[in-house]
Amino acid sequence: MAAKKITTPLTHDVVKDLRAGDAVEITGVVFQARDAAHKRLVALIEAGEELPFDLAGAVVYYMGPSPAKPGNVIGSAGPTTSGRMDAYAPLLLRHGLKGMIGKGLRTAEVKQAMRDETAVYFAATGGAGALLAKRIVGNEVIAYPELGAEAIARLEVVDFPAIVVMDCHGGDLYEEGRAKYAREA
Amino acid sequence: MGDSRQLDVAAVTEAVRDLCMTANYDLPVDVYDALMAAAETEESPAGREVLAQLVENADIAAADRVPICQDTGFAVIFAEVGQDAHLCGGDFEEAVHEGVRQGYGDGYLRKSVAEEPGHARRNTRDNTPAIIHTSIVPGDRVCLTMMGKGGGAENMSTLSMLKPAQGWAGMADAVVETVSRAGSNPCPPVIIGVGIGGTIEKVTLLAKKALLRDVGSTHPDSRVAAMEDELLERINALGIGPQGLGGRTTALDVFIEEMPCHIASMPMAVNVQCHAQRHKTVTL
Repeated sequence: MAAKKITTPLTHDVVKDLRAGDAVEITGVVFQARDAAHKRLVALIEAGEELPFDLAGAVVYYMGPSPAKPGNVIGSAGPTTSGRMDAYAPLLLRHGLKGMIGKGLRTAEVKQAMRDETAVYFAATGGAGALLAKRIVGNEVIAYPELGAEAIARLEVVDFPAIVVMDCHGGDLYEEGRAKYAREA
Repeated sequence: MGDSRQLDVAAVTEAVRDLCMTANYDLPVDVYDALMAAAETEESPAGREVLAQLVENADIAAADRVPICQDTGFAVIFAEVGQDAHLCGGDFEEAVHEGVRQGYGDGYLRKSVAEEPGHARRNTRDNTPAIIHTSIVPGDRVCLTMMGKGGGAENMSTLSMLKPAQGWAGMADAVVETVSRAGSNPCPPVIIGVGIGGTIEKVTLLAKKALLRDVGSTHPDSRVAAMEDELLERINALGIGPQGLGGRTTALDVFIEEMPCHIASMPMAVNVQCHAQRHKTVTL
């Protein structure tokens, strides 16, 4: 399965071209944000205030790293369960977010918002944080350092491996893959 | 007092510190071997790719002394304290917490504990408190097991207060349903700990303790071993596969721990564990 090389920020055309099941390698900037950061981002949008980064075409990585050892860019850095961000994701998608990297199931509301706004959801391999950290070459905390691992960071990634699990056309690899391999016990 | 063995709690702190680090860097060999074996037999190409990544990830973590997963977990400590051991030099539980504090700090492990979750939800910044399960056993040794329990899989765990009439069929359905509903969320391939019996608090502890068994090990009671085999087969027929991308390897193993229960009750707990099953034991 040859990976498609894509760069961030994502454009409408690139997202349209991605299908559930596509392996990708992502290069560019992605923004690290998980539970506590999402709560704050949504509060800012609702208050009409400026966000710590531009959402247009942005890719958010649901991740909270372990601390970097001296000399390393980042600690282990694999995806966290995306479903906890489902309450916040549709609003961010309506404000320009184009891609999400995480792992696990999403609600019907998030999937609908992905169709409406032309956005994509990638899965990275959960529990492969030591391996994935090697594809992260830049790491700068840009907001909420007091949140520790839950701060927002601007990460530079090179050939970051992921797989399209939900596309903007309604494709869902979690459903399709499971149906393909399910059998009677 | 003549028969008691003195053990300074400073040794407990040091042991817990080391356990926290090594458990998070070194995937147990039984889990590593199971991932390798699954990478050979998995039918799904995407599943094989995931399993190969997990083996490579374990190699990197062990070589670079970095955590296998960024979620280095809640530190769950099982302490079996020999009744002839005399713990001296300080407070035993505080010594365990201090070991966690040092291990998570010195080991560059993530601090993943939030205090006052009912309102403030503030990170304690040193991964304390530990969850400590102490039992008093014969002898004069102190056996400490550290389990780093990640949040993603723990969140998918379930407790069912079933009716005795539901029997094994009802229990088996509840276990399979737990794994089915969890889907890709708990980072499959998972390991499933099942507690059966006891009371509401005891059954969850049984399920967690079940996870300490080696992947591939067989339950000494052949009837329970057959129940475990049945559950593993049904779970792996769900098609969820590695990371939920579709495949045959949804669980690496299923372990059951059983104890008596009230004649009116049929408690059952399912503790879901991700493939990064981190635990390590030392005896002092």
